[in-house]
Amino acid sequence: MKAQQPLDDNPCRPRHFKPAPCAPLPMEGPAKQSLETSHTRLIVTAGLFLLAFLAIGIRLVDVTVLKGGETKLARTARTVTQPQVSRADIVDRNGVLLATTLETPSLFANPKQVANPQEAARKIVSVLPDLSEGEVLAKLTSDKSFVWLKRRLTPRQQFDVNRLGIPGLQFEREERRVYPKGNLAAHVVGYTGIDNKGLAGVERGLDDALHERRDPIKLSIDIRLQYILRDEVQKQIDDFRAKGGMGLIADVRTGEILSMISLPDFDPNNAGAASPEAIFNRATLGVFEMGSIFKIFNTAMALDTKTATMTSGYDATKAIPIGKYTIHDDHPQRRWLTVPEIFQYSSNIGSVKMALDAGIEKQRDVLTRLGLTRMPTLELKEIGGPLIPSPWRQINSMTIAFGHGMSVSPLQMINATSAVVNGGILHQATLLKHPDDYIPAGEKVLSQQTSENMRKLMRLVVEKGTGEFANAPGYLIGGKTGTAEKVTGKSYARKAVLASFVGVFPMNDPRYVVMISIDEPHGNAKSHGFITAGWVAAPPVGRVVQRMAPLLGIQPVDENSPEIRRALVIDSSGQQGRKVAAN
Amino acid sequence: MSFARTDQSLVARWWWTVDRWSLLAIASLIGIGALLIMAASPAVAERIGLDQLHFAKRHFALLPVSIGILFVVSLQSPRNIRRLAVVGFIIAIALLAFTFVGGVEIKGARRWINLPGFSLQPSEFVKPTFAVVAAWMFSEHRNRENSKGHWYAIGLYVLVVGLLIKQPDLGMAVVVSAVWFTQFFLAGLRLFWVAAGVGAGAAGLVGAYIMLPHVTSRIDRFLHPQSGDSYQVDRSMDAFMNGGLWGRGPGEGTVKGWLPDAHADFIFAVAGEELGLIACLVIVALFAFVVLRGFSRLLQEGNLFVVLAATGLLVQFGLQAIINMASSLELMPTKGMTLPFLSYGGSSLLALGLGMGMALALTRKRFTGGDT
Repeated sequence: MKAQQPLDDNPCRPRHFKPAPCAPLPMEGPAKQSLETSHTRLIVTAGLFLLAFLAIGIRLVDVTVLKGGETKLARTARTVTQPQVSRADIVDRNGVLLATTLETPSLFANPKQVANPQEAARKIVSVLPDLSEGEVLAKLTSDKSFVWLKRRLTPRQQFDVNRLGIPGLQFEREERRVYPKGNLAAHVVGYTGIDNKGLAGVERGLDDALHERRDPIKLSIDIRLQYILRDEVQKQIDDFRAKGGMGLIADVRTGEILSMISLPDFDPNNAGAASPEAIFNRATLGVFEMGSIFKIFNTAMALDTKTATMTSGYDATKAIPIGKYTIHDDHPQRRWLTVPEIFQYSSNIGSVKMALDAGIEKQRDVLTRLGLTRMPTLELKEIGGPLIPSPWRQINSMTIAFGHGMSVSPLQMINATSAVVNGGILHQATLLKHPDDYIPAGEKVLSQQTSENMRKLMRLVVEKGTGEFANAPGYLIGGKTGTAEKVTGKSYARKAVLASFVGVFPMNDPRYVVMISIDEPHGNAKSHGFITAGWVAAPPVGRVVQRMAPLLGIQPVDENSPEIRRALVIDSSGQQGRKVAAN
Repeated sequence: MSFARTDQSLVARWWWTVDRWSLLAIASLIGIGALLIMAASPAVAERIGLDQLHFAKRHFALLPVSIGILFVVSLQSPRNIRRLAVVGFIIAIALLAFTFVGGVEIKGARRWINLPGFSLQPSEFVKPTFAVVAAWMFSEHRNRENSKGHWYAIGLYVLVVGLLIKQPDLGMAVVVSAVWFTQFFLAGLRLFWVAAGVGAGAAGLVGAYIMLPHVTSRIDRFLHPQSGDSYQVDRSMDAFMNGGLWGRGPGEGTVKGWLPDAHADFIFAVAGEELGLIACLVIVALFAFVVLRGFSRLLQEGNLFVVLAATGLLVQFGLQAIINMASSLELMPTKGMTLPFLSYGGSSLLALGLGMGMALALTRKRFTGGDT
């Protein structure tokens, strides 16, 4: 090593004199060469650094001025300005909001920042009276730095709390599912838990879709019909001091369910407070022995399999003994009855004989075709499967003829009834709105002829049979009554019944099916003590039709015009059709 | 400051020989850093429940110390720098090893040693001292027959990187590796081995991606931002966009209210939001100037040790700035690394004073070649 040269920092050096760098010690050989290498490579390194700094400069211009990060910003902006709502809305077929997600403020405190907890607690309770001052004070004097005071405040409450001006109180935004129509569509829409996961109804059935999409989900439900149907069913429940009831309206051409009611119901905004009884969806989860309304399918079966015709007759003079029971008629005519009369008077004896004529195989085949023996599918998880006899013996066949010994849900009832009257096409029942004017193909299960005959028979029931109280002038309602005795313990109870009416209108060109069932009605003065479907379930269907038809643009027609008489009226018998009290 | 040309005092001689333009650039960075710490750190301190001026006070307490170190070190001759670096390196390595027994664990890494009122991060001091020590080894190898300098350099490198990975402090290991490799490159490493080294570096990064879960997640998030939490860098990008050309004004930014590391790793985003594009370009230019100006002076330098040592120090300084700024701008996966002189960080600030002090000392005008 060489000693340091004092020349190094020569103060006498003229300012612009730059001695040659290597002048003092010219280097030779490898040392010089390696220095040159290092200089060359230093230039390479410098070049790389220059590029990197240039890249950063360009990126800076790109991000700040040219908005190169715009896509990212757009993403973030969306989450900021339009708060990320984790669940899509649910609307009815006309776009009326049934469920939405709101951001609500929740109040929390940082006790370390609350200067005067006593005063703060007193003030907070003065604007949020449902809180207890003692509890609030305890929270505010805890040594935590985060305590919830109240979740989900209204904007008004938030304003009040802010106006108190207490330091240390803050709001956290939380999501809350809100059901503006409350009870009206409770069983259809369902509800979510605190974590916004669907627990019932469409909220549960379409949970994934609601999570994934932004656009609202449009249901087939019409909230106006919900109101009408619920109103009428509730009226019957009140009048007959019944345990509950249910109602369904569907479009027979498409399978869309326009209305679904199960009473008692609940407010999905406060589902936690509802009883299991109220949450239970009778229309889809409940399965019942439907009673005489099942004769729709029994008769359709006989006609479609051609084991009976519209002019065939059966002897209904004597009750039929099976085992220790005997099958009676509720309105005994004690004579030969034609097929239309059997349906009109709801003759059990005649129905059983029709079923016996057809045999077990044909009965099971037709009921299967109508979808009554399998689990129905719908956009709900609250779906009950049918209870069918196994093995299917003759005795089962006989009771099924008049709707006992086999249980189905009201949902299955209206879907199968739709197929019977719409020309024999079974549609998939759905709670989602189809596009306008879209008629799904469906599955042909009965002949056109059977369907046309069944329309006449159902019209006959309302015109001069057990369902007269369902009549609504001009709307050509047809239908069938059914008063099913409920099984209590091991035997049937005459006093506990499920009174149902399935109505279809207008019968000359069926559009809608309306079903109402009242569970365990008690007789009243108006009904002269009767609890049969003709008194309990038929009248509200008539009223529902009268109220809904104008909304849906169905015009009343002249029932006595020749073409309608031709299309619908049949001569039910050689005998004079005697009037019967409604069954 | 003015000194007569005839003034022969130590300081006067320093003034006339030191690179005053680099000095000015560094002083500007320190000034901008002070401004940004004032703007960014109160929000951060408040959020984590400290006194508002907690970070600012510490920064301003350490700043004079750092500047003092920088000044005193830059007065030294290259020979003294080498001695200082050797002694400093030995102490720093010892402290680094000590962290494994007496260190404080913060956020899952044992990097700190608790001193009264201050926690010291020894690895920050390993960086500059090792650069100078390695430069010495490399230049000895070139300048002397039969020297095994390269092998010593390789041995020390393995020791240092081993300790850093053990910490774990992967970012630091990457910077140390890059600096060491650049020095080796400048020292005349055969191009075959250069290619092999670049390949090994790439393999190392891929290996880290495969072997270390937190590295995997960082890189995945960078490649597919929608796949995971890209919160920090999203906020950072918002900040730059928010700032636009002229910024929202010092103290007027909002990003510091959201970013946990607004005063440290994401200080550049605060600069982007509050000072705007022009100021950010000035900051980038200042860093580039310090590095490239240093390099250009080294091209006139005849002493291989000085070239290698100063290059190492400048590369370290520049690389750290590039990595930090590129992370903030989403040009690369986020890597916790301070922006020299701008970020808060006690050890980092002191080590920078040491490192840049040595760089300034080495780039002073001298009129001798050969070994000093």
